[in-house]
Order: sequence, then structure tokens, then C-alpha cells
Amino acid sequence: MNRTQKQSRFAIACLKAVAGFVVLILAFLIGYIFITGLPNVSWHFLTSPAKAFNAGGGIGIQLFNSFYLLLLAMLISLPIALGAAIYLNEYAQDNWFTSTIKTSIEILSSLPSVVVGLFGFLLFVVQFNYGFSIISGALTLTIFNLPLLTRNIEDSLSNVSDDQRQGGLGLGLSKYETIIHIVVPASLPGIISGIILCSGRVFGEAAALIYTAGQSAPALNFGDWNPFNIDSPLSPLRPAETLAVHIWKINSEGIMPDLTQVSSGSAAVLVLAILIFNLSARYIGRKVFERMTSVK
Amino acid sequence: MQNQKLAKQLMKKSKTARYERFGHLLSLSALLLIMAIVLGIIVFVASKGLATFFKDGVSVKDFFTGTLWNPGTKTPAGHQAVGALPMIVGSFLVTILAALLSTPFAIGTAVYMTEISPKRGAKILQPVTELLVGIPSVVYGFIGLSVVVPFVRNTFGGSGFGILSGTFVLFVMILPTIVSMTVDSLRGVPQFYRQASLALGATKWQTIWKVVLRAATPGILTAVVFGMARAFGEALAVQMVIGNAALMPQNLTSPASTLTSVLTAGMGNTVMGSLQNDALWSLALVLLVMSLFFNLLVHMIGRKGAFKK
Amino acid sequence: MRKRTIYKLLLCLVIIVAGIGAYNARSKTSTNQQSITAVGSTALQPLVEAASEQYSADHAGIFINVQGGGSGTGLSQIESGAVQMGNSDLFAEEKAGINPKGLVDHKIAVVGVAPITNDKVGINNLSTAQLIAIFTGKYTNWKQLGGPNLPITLINRSQGSGTRVTFEEYGLKGHESATAQEQDSSGTVRQIVSSTPGAISYVSFGYFNKSIHPLRVDGIKPTEKNVMDNKWKIWSYEHIYTRGAPTGLTKKFLAYLKNDHIQTTLFNKLGYISVKDMHYQRTWQGKITKGSGE
Repeated sequence: MNRTQKQSRFAIACLKAVAGFVVLILAFLIGYIFITGLPNVSWHFLTSPAKAFNAGGGIGIQLFNSFYLLLLAMLISLPIALGAAIYLNEYAQDNWFTSTIKTSIEILSSLPSVVVGLFGFLLFVVQFNYGFSIISGALTLTIFNLPLLTRNIEDSLSNVSDDQRQGGLGLGLSKYETIIHIVVPASLPGIISGIILCSGRVFGEAAALIYTAGQSAPALNFGDWNPFNIDSPLSPLRPAETLAVHIWKINSEGIMPDLTQVSSGSAAVLVLAILIFNLSARYIGRKVFERMTSVK
Repeated sequence: MQNQKLAKQLMKKSKTARYERFGHLLSLSALLLIMAIVLGIIVFVASKGLATFFKDGVSVKDFFTGTLWNPGTKTPAGHQAVGALPMIVGSFLVTILAALLSTPFAIGTAVYMTEISPKRGAKILQPVTELLVGIPSVVYGFIGLSVVVPFVRNTFGGSGFGILSGTFVLFVMILPTIVSMTVDSLRGVPQFYRQASLALGATKWQTIWKVVLRAATPGILTAVVFGMARAFGEALAVQMVIGNAALMPQNLTSPASTLTSVLTAGMGNTVMGSLQNDALWSLALVLLVMSLFFNLLVHMIGRKGAFKK
Repeated sequence: MRKRTIYKLLLCLVIIVAGIGAYNARSKTSTNQQSITAVGSTALQPLVEAASEQYSADHAGIFINVQGGGSGTGLSQIESGAVQMGNSDLFAEEKAGINPKGLVDHKIAVVGVAPITNDKVGINNLSTAQLIAIFTGKYTNWKQLGGPNLPITLINRSQGSGTRVTFEEYGLKGHESATAQEQDSSGTVRQIVSSTPGAISYVSFGYFNKSIHPLRVDGIKPTEKNVMDNKWKIWSYEHIYTRGAPTGLTKKFLAYLKNDHIQTTLFNKLGYISVKDMHYQRTWQGKITKGSGE
């Protein structure tokens, strides 16, 4: 074995060690959250409403709010991000205008979420008079979410090989048709993984929501699905404390006696929800990919 | 007659062309919307942040060089006590240290996931890293408070609150972000680069080091910047472990503060339009300008280091 | 292609019809549904929230929306008229940037604030002078106060926090605390004090539990009784401000908060003291007079 081969062996062993160490850290984190949290999770905990100062409260409403807000925020931000990413990757020329836009998107993504939250507070809650509500929260989350989502979609679009585009154009399709029918489906797994990544961030976001979707979770009437009633779960104008905000709130100002249990239980549920969410989205992504490209 | 009709038909835009125009406009308007939001936020933060200097008459020099932060009062020398230097130094220190610490780990992990053991990487590491991105910063903060702070206190002394604890927490927080973005850019390196390199007789390590990483440099740099941006803007987790003392950091274990921690902690207690509130917005403005600076820096490095195609 | 377009149109139509239907079918109670919003002090939030839960349970179709955000947010929101109630730990007159004109003060409760330490400190009593010396940084080790050899770790609330203003004003006799660690919530303060040897901070009585050690000051125990007699000097009012005299639901809810039932059941449970039980009252300049101020 010569020197370079030895060097290669050694370097790869180092890489393995590094990866192992990272896995160890990640495993510790997840293990810590689950071991401290899961014993507190029960069906009752998942479905009952929270209690302000007595033991035995649950997180039912918060859990529902988290999913509903995520869904709304994604519904609003996905078309915008997709459009912007398509423009950036397919239409934009490489000039100062494009690089200015890219830079400003990066700036938006590096803004602390609390600033985005306060912006949303002044704009949606106060200016537009939506109050502390789901719709204010969803719009703020959209702002928070757009840059990273755009960036992710753009990356996965740019990973589609140019042969595909030329193939489409060669068949006489317009550029837009090529994008919609060939490029986007081909990059769908990447887009979906980008959406998962962003959903995770949105799901766990607290600072941007404290001042917009609010920190109270009024009782809901789960028999009433009419979005125009204020106590309906679907009403976009009701205040909605999400799970992440709930964790933040009870840790900072909570006075219930079983605070640590509720907080670690909520954290475990949050992580578990993201896990389930990731796995199912991955599965759906694969199925969609198979259907749209007829690759089996 | 026939020719005229044909000419007219040819002059008219075809359905496809109209469709094309529609698509172009649609995607452009999405982009413009984002631009409008960015501009809106920048104008908003700037107008609030600059009020400290124009409306409340704080001198820019005091703001950047002063070390006493207590807006509304005066320093012994008679200037307004809005010295933001401790926070600026604190923010820079934790961000740079966390990025320095996590970049090698992240690149190592990403290389392992794409080059050495792609199967295991895709099966275990990728879902786990994506999962970690979703853990709310509050949870990181509390793990930091109950694990990292006592660890630092027992190993390095001091109260445990400080730059070092902040660095450790941020290290773990930004790791998944950097890893998953680095993985993306490594996957973007065409397969024939690797094949060509191996065919020339390079070892696997030489291929990784001299070809793959080199080709993916701009992507990796972007990943690091995103990680740094997250570290820079992170508020809730850092706030719990850094101690939030608006003091110049004496060493890595003395309590310090960052721009975000002071910003979040103080925002609810101040009144819109007062000096105390404007001063906090000035901190937000500094955050904005600094992230702009980071971005420009990386664009420059990225352009210089890009693999010539 | 044609068929798909028809389907799409049909789908749109169904959604629109469903929307109109839902709008028409919205419950009839929604016409008398009312909602009011209270924003501000995180110290008062749990109390108002708990009261609003009970109130909504008793009165169907009423929505009382309670948000935190801090006293500054509460006061500036009520000043701008964006909400119906602004919760504050401080008198509006004390807060910089607030014009108290037109704001009506409703004193809801009294909270006592007490210094707390980590269990390892093992000191039960401090004189006011000692307290001032600790918080201004003159003492740096518990040894100097007859305690164990432990460095003193000061933990403050954020600048502008109501609890901190109260503590500095009445606990430290107006001395400003030295720059030290700051946390923006009582829960975090409690957790840090309980886990950091040598830590000292201050929280309101409602946050006392086994994990931390409340101190006596000048030999007086931090109890509700001592606050009522003004023997324990470190206390403040919790205010709800309204713009002008309250009307409608706001008025009813404020009356509900002040009725005896709520004041006796809820307040004691949460560690607040009813204003009616006070034997002394205090103006915003800090003047103490006898009487409950009710």
C-alpha cells in the first residue's frame, strides 16, 4: 500500500468518526427529548385543553392549531415560493438585478424571527386589524418561510439536468410548458424534501407567532366546522396558540404545578409530530414522483 | 385573401406564446411580491432603527463604541447610555465560534452521507437531520440550560452562562441546517467528475478533497452562511444560556449578551416610539446590516472559489 | 382537456356555494358574539386568562382574548386604542413614552416581590443594606455575608420589566442594580436560580416553590399578610387600563374580576392579593396611606 492510499484510508476513517460523533450528538438530543417527555404523553394529554394553573392540562387545542397554521401558511407560501423559484432558476438572466434579488432573499432569511414577528404584529394585527388571529399568524409565517422555501425549490430545480429541458423544447413545448410538465415533476422529490425542511421550521417556530397568532388557546367547539363561527376550529380569525408557543409560554410564565411534565411532554409530541410528518411526506413524495414520471 | 388570413394568423401570438407569457408573468409577480416584502421589512426596520439617531439624537459613535446599555439614562460622561458594542461583540463571537466549530463536523457528516455510505446516510442521517431542524429553539434552550450550562460550569468554571454555552447550543442548532444544505450541494456535483478523477488514479480521499469538495465549495459556503445566519438571528435558545448581561465579554465563560437576546428580552417592556424602543430597533437594524455584510462577503468568496466550468 | 376544465369550474362553483352556505348557516348566536382583547403584563396574564376561562364558561358566545407581550406592549396598545384592556405592572405615569391622559386605571390585584436564592446559599435573612450591597455589586461572595464560599451570581429581569422596577424601587430603595445577567421571564429566572449555586434574584410570590429559597428582608417574612400590612414593602399593583371609562363587555368583565367570588377563589390560588384586603394604599409617586384604595 502506498502513501496516498494510506492517507485516503486514514482520512476516510476520520470522516467516519466525525459522522459517528454527529450521530451521537443527534441521538443524545432526540433520546433526551423522548426519554424525558414520552412518559408524560397519554391520550388524555393529547386531547384535553390546557389548564392555566391546575395540574393535568393537555395540549389538544395547541396541537390542532399547530397543524392548521402550518397548513394555511404552506398553502399561502408554496405558490409564491414556487413561482419565484421558477423565475429565478429558469427565466432570470445572470445580471445585477437577479443577484440583488437573491441577496435580498438571503437577507430576509437571516432576519431574526422576532423581527419578522414584530413586523407581522404591526402590519397584520394592528394595521390590517386582523387582531391576534390565525390569519395574522399564517401571513407572518409566510414571510418567515418564503426565503428558505424559495431557496430550496430553486436548488432542486437547478439540479434537474438541462437535457430534460432541451428534450421538452425539442418536442415543441413552450418554455413554460416544459417547466410545468417536465422540470417541476422531475425535481418534485427535491421540492418535497424542501417543503418538509421548511414545515419543520414553521412547526417549531415560536418567536414569530408570539405577537401574531397570540398566546391564548380559547376553547373550541369541535362539532362546529363552519369557518365563520368564531369558536369553530376552522375560523381564521380566532387566536391560536401553537404547541411551540405553548412550550415557550409555560416555561417562561407558567405557574401550573406540573409545568416540567407538560413542557417536556409537549416537546416530545412536537418532535414526534415532525417525525411522522417527515416520513409521510417522504412517502407521498415518492408516490407522486412515480405517478408523474411513470418511473416505477 | 388566403395570404392575408395566413399573414394575420402568423402575426397573431399563438396560444402557446400567450401561455408562455402568462407563465413568465406569473412567476415574475411571485418574485416581485417577495421583493416587496423584503423592501417593506427593510424600510420598516430602518425607519424605526434610524429614529434613535435622528429623532432621539443619539450619536452614531456612542452607539457603536459605547459599552453601557441602559437606554433612557445617561452615562457618567453625559452621553446617552445606548452603547451597543457588548452586544455586537457577543453576537459576532458566538456566531463565528459556532460556525467554526460546526463547519468541519457538518462537512464531514455530509461527505459521509454522500460519498462514503450513501445508503446509510439516506436512511438514517438525513431523516434525523431534517427532524432536528424542526426542534423548536425553546427546546434547544432548555436542553442547553439543563445540560450544557452545568457542563460548562463544572468543566470550565464560572457560572456556566456565557459565550461558550451559547456556542455549544448554536453548534448543535445550526449543524442540521449546514449538513442538509451541504449534502444538497455535494449531490449536485456531477457523477462524471468523480469517475474522471478515480479513472485518473486518484484515491477516494483525493477525489473527495480535490474534486468533489472543490466543485461544491460555493454551495458549502452558502450552507455555512445559512448556518451563521440562523445562529446570528437565533434568539430564544441563546437567550437562555448566554446570561444576557450587557457587558463586554471578559472571557468565554463570563455572562454576555447578543443583539437578539437583548432585542427579544426588551421588546415587550418598552413602549412603541420611546427611546428605549427605538434603541432596540437600532439593534435590529444592526442585525440586518450585518447579515447583508455576511451575504456580500460570501458572494465574493463564492465567485472567486467557484469551479470554472 | 375540455373535461378537466369543466371539472375545475365545477369545483370552484362547489367551493363558492359551500362558502356562501356556510356564511348563511353561521350560528345565530354569532350576532351577539362578542370578543374583547386584553394585552400586556405577563405577570397578570395567568390571572386574567383563568378568569376569562371561567367567564366564558358562564356566558356562552363571549370571547375574551388574553395576550402577554409585556407591560410596555399593553400600555402602548391601549394608548393607541388597538385593544380594549391593557395590562400593566406599572402605573402608566411611571412608563416612559406613555401619555396617561385618557387612560383609566383599574387596580386588579397586588403582588409581592421577594428576593430568592439557590438552596446552597443557606442564608435566610438579609438587611436592606445588604441587599443593596449585593445587587450593586459590592459583595461578590456569600462568604462576606457569613454564608458558604460561593461566588454571588446576580440574575436580573430585563430592563423595563415591572417586577424589576418594583424590586429596585422598594427593595433596593431606588438603587439601580449592577449590570448582570438578565432574563425576560419569571419562570426562567426561577429555573436558573434553582440550578445555579450562589444565584440570587427576585420573583413575585406566585412563583415560589420548593426549588428556590425566598429570603426574609430585615427579618420580615414575604407573606401575603405582611404585604397587606405594608410590613413587606416590596409590592406593586397589577393594573388593567382602559381608554376612557369601560363600556359593554369590558365593563362587565372588569366587574367580574373585582367581585368577591373571583377575588377569594382565584386570587389566593394564584398568589395574588386582593386589593380589598390591603390595609394600605400607594400612589404612583410611592406615597403610602392607610385604607384599601377601593
